[in-house]
Amino acid sequence: MYTQSLSIPDGEVKGPRKLENPEYLAEFNAKIDAGDFIEAKDWMPEAYRKTLVRQISQHAHSEIVGMLPEGNWITRAPSLKRKAILLAKVQDEGGHGLYLYAAAETLGVSRDELTEALLSGKAKYSSIFNYPTLNWADIGVIGWLVDGAAIMNQIPLCKCSYGPYARAMIRVCKEESFHQRQGYDLLLQMMKGTEEQREMVQDAVNRWWLPSIMMFGPHDKDSIHTETARWGIKRISNDDLRQKFVDATVKQAEVLGISLPDPLLKWNAERGHYDFSPIDWDEFWNVVGGHGQCNVDRLAARNKAWAEGAWVREAAIVHAEKQAAREKVAA
Amino acid sequence: MERKEWPLWEIFIRSRNGLDHKHCGSVHAPDARMALQVARDVYTRRMEGVSIWAVRASDIVASDPDAKAELFDPAEDKIYRHPTFYQLPEEVNHM
Repeated sequence: MYTQSLSIPDGEVKGPRKLENPEYLAEFNAKIDAGDFIEAKDWMPEAYRKTLVRQISQHAHSEIVGMLPEGNWITRAPSLKRKAILLAKVQDEGGHGLYLYAAAETLGVSRDELTEALLSGKAKYSSIFNYPTLNWADIGVIGWLVDGAAIMNQIPLCKCSYGPYARAMIRVCKEESFHQRQGYDLLLQMMKGTEEQREMVQDAVNRWWLPSIMMFGPHDKDSIHTETARWGIKRISNDDLRQKFVDATVKQAEVLGISLPDPLLKWNAERGHYDFSPIDWDEFWNVVGGHGQCNVDRLAARNKAWAEGAWVREAAIVHAEKQAAREKVAA
Repeated sequence: MERKEWPLWEIFIRSRNGLDHKHCGSVHAPDARMALQVARDVYTRRMEGVSIWAVRASDIVASDPDAKAELFDPAEDKIYRHPTFYQLPEEVNHM
């Protein structure tokens, strides 16, 4: 998973500062215009670096927090097969978080600083994880819609101008397809079940549809970071991606046999796209701003895990130091 | 106690015998053994490798990207090092 359009200001990020230099800037812009990649130690404008740290770390945080709503269902998966699949998916999300933290660290921030920013609530993560997972069908719908939306968002990032981020995203995207397909497969299975199971699927779709299309972020006209396009970080706009997602999803909903909860959803032959209802952005900003249903729980769970793992992190480093000292004496 | 961050390791994976190890990312780990363990879990969940190298990031010596021009300049004007420099008669040009 799981970026939404993460152009949401966090606090300041620290790191090495380099002098702004018009000659270097011209060279940098020429590289971007030529479609070249920028690598970790290359000169870059401070604003580019900061934007990347913010975007990559918010993305990493989203992967890590994203393990919580699904992890919640591992012990309640209805079969051993579904349990194994869900475990693998949740493990992937952890892996994606780690690829991305590593990419962010190439920009001169430390892992601890990034973790701190998440735990203190200073850093943002995808609003989607502040919604609860109420029934088993939610797990399928998250795979299908939430991972589906994330894939739409993430594929263009595989070509983003910052090399370490682009490479991490290639790795992530290769694994995402499994996430979406296992979700859809789970739902297909439920649709073949009882009337009650079909209702569970419809109920989950009803709850996740709007949050999913909100994952693409604010409308282009309200987007605050247009320089991300100039810099080749964001190559396709929020609204274009959202439209692409809606267009692709309608058919999938039909095959599944559920309806998407939008009375205005309709094919527009003139545009060659589906029209859909206006989005309530107040809810989006409310959830991003920390007032969603689960924000408090999610951060509490991350803080608890971090605090309870402290002794392991300390013991491991003390052990490593002791071993190194012993080897030195023996040598 | 002020906690130290686990050191950073750069990870290189050989995807199958016959190919080079290739850089794939980095991990934090307290020592070499754990670096390999963590790298296995992070970078080879789908049989992506048959061998892992972990190198402490602080032990890597890298050339300076700002000195790229001077460093690689000596090779720039030696086009005679490439086979295409030599124009041979058509009959033997596939040599």
